[in-house]
Amino acid sequence: MAREVTRRRKITFTVIGWLIGLTLFFPILWTILTSFKTEGEAIATPPSFLFFQWTFENYFEVQSRSDYLKHAMNSVVISLGSTGLGLLVAIPAAWSMAFSPTRRTKDVLMWMLSTKMLPPVGVLVPIYLLFRDFDLLDTRIGLVMVLMLMNLPIIVWMLYTYFKEIPGEILEAARMDGATLGKEIAYILAPMAVPGIASTLLLNIILAWNEAFWTLNLTAADAAPLSAFIASYSSPEGLFWAKLSAASTLAIAPILVMGWFSQKQLVRGLTFGAVK
Amino acid sequence: MGAITLERVTKAFGDVTVIPGVDLEIADGEFAVFVGPSGCGKSTLLRLIAGLEDVTSGTLYIDGVDATALSPAKRALAMVFQSYALYPHMSVYNNIAFPLKMAGQDREAIKRKVEAAAGILNLTDYLDRRPGQLSGGQRQRVAIGRAIVREPKAFLFDEPLSNLDAALRVNMRLEISELHQSLKTTMIYVTHDQVEAMTMADKIVVLNGGRIEQVGSPLELYRNPANVFVAGFIGSPKMNLLEGAAAERYDAKIIGVRPEHIELSTESGEWSGVVGVAEHLGSDTFLHVQVDGIGSVTARASGEFSVSHGDRVWLTPPPDRIHRFVASGEAITP
Repeated sequence: MAREVTRRRKITFTVIGWLIGLTLFFPILWTILTSFKTEGEAIATPPSFLFFQWTFENYFEVQSRSDYLKHAMNSVVISLGSTGLGLLVAIPAAWSMAFSPTRRTKDVLMWMLSTKMLPPVGVLVPIYLLFRDFDLLDTRIGLVMVLMLMNLPIIVWMLYTYFKEIPGEILEAARMDGATLGKEIAYILAPMAVPGIASTLLLNIILAWNEAFWTLNLTAADAAPLSAFIASYSSPEGLFWAKLSAASTLAIAPILVMGWFSQKQLVRGLTFGAVK
Repeated sequence: MGAITLERVTKAFGDVTVIPGVDLEIADGEFAVFVGPSGCGKSTLLRLIAGLEDVTSGTLYIDGVDATALSPAKRALAMVFQSYALYPHMSVYNNIAFPLKMAGQDREAIKRKVEAAAGILNLTDYLDRRPGQLSGGQRQRVAIGRAIVREPKAFLFDEPLSNLDAALRVNMRLEISELHQSLKTTMIYVTHDQVEAMTMADKIVVLNGGRIEQVGSPLELYRNPANVFVAGFIGSPKMNLLEGAAAERYDAKIIGVRPEHIELSTESGEWSGVVGVAEHLGSDTFLHVQVDGIGSVTARASGEFSVSHGDRVWLTPPPDRIHRFVASGEAITP
């Protein structure tokens, strides 16, 4: 059904759209701006928007005080590691559930999702004790494992829905054409599932990157990623807004850039299969 | 070479038995059509032959060799699916070349065979396109091309024409028949459309509820249906099946007479009735007549036979064209 789009209507909606967009973006913009202010200007009332003394002092201070690069490296290792390990486990799982389901497949999927309904704090103590006994506290490998397990249900669910979209007849055709299981996966399934795997990968890197509950509770110094790094700036000595902003900007910058370049992939991944 | 033999083949999904036991022989080079209403097990039977489903019990021989436990890849059969099942991320060329690549043939041989197949199927101009850029008929041709390049022992078709429009279906039907005549390879074709079955088959296998009702050439089935089910299924429009007094006059529980065999008159005849609906096809007119004391009977008249709704007509079934059946449905052989 075509609707007449008048000029005025178009302008109104454009303005509303931009307003909503800017409102959503404003906190990030404000964080970035604050990171370039002195501590004094950061808490000044009324706040100054663009006309203040620009300074990089906070960034130098943050790097020298708590070694940004080390935390960034931890974040990279933990998010990539947990996502990679998760995919390794989830791809075969989703594969078998999508292409040779049993009567219990739906229940298994629901059960996996139900584990996400439990508040994480409910299992904090047992996991903390396990980590202590196995010497995993404040280690990257420990965090990789716990984040992988936390995100696994989501990875399996996402992959399962993508794989479901691939018609079984195409795989059967490959089998009839003489493809062995390995060739069927390499030539037919994997190329067809690439968009789904890619968006799952991206989403899970973002989730793992921003994860704070487990990283705060299970790390101290050695394995602390950027989320713990930000939190260290709201410290007992008081709140240093400018430095906290600088730390936050540094922490979100990599993921923001990655998200920007992969947004097409992400949107496609998240709406995959919504419309035939 | 592609004789296919099924011996007491059964298939059950969990507790549900879909195929309670089938014995069937398809000779090398034969065009066999599995036909039956939806849910009769014809597709399952084809998938058992293909190896896409495991046989629950019984034995399947391909060329006299026990193939029951072979994987689909090792059976050397080619299949054309209802949805075409083309590889969407590959060009037409690569789709057709895929089975050859899987067989490890060299690049030159693949190129030669793909181009030959494309030539036969009028696909030469489309080799660089993706399946998504083709029409339904062209996609069907690609699927057939992919099947013929590997020179299989037999072709399996799973309702390949049901996604095409009526005109294209008639064309493709002809093309598949011509392909069979030139290749002389065994073909097994599944359809619910009895017209496709009649026009294409050397041998029709009528299935119902997972059982074979009758096997025979199209005309054998048309002339001598073994039971009421086959009588009603083969032939268009359907055979008139009548019970009660009309049947008892011929010493049977049920009698059947085809619409095209009924003699029509506007003056006199055995049964008298009133025309309900007259379907004019031009060459023929199908009359749905409400016969007094019997019920609705369909009769075929020539296009010139001019009657309309409400007219009284007389119908006479020629005695030698009447099929007689016992109460359980089996035909009474004269």
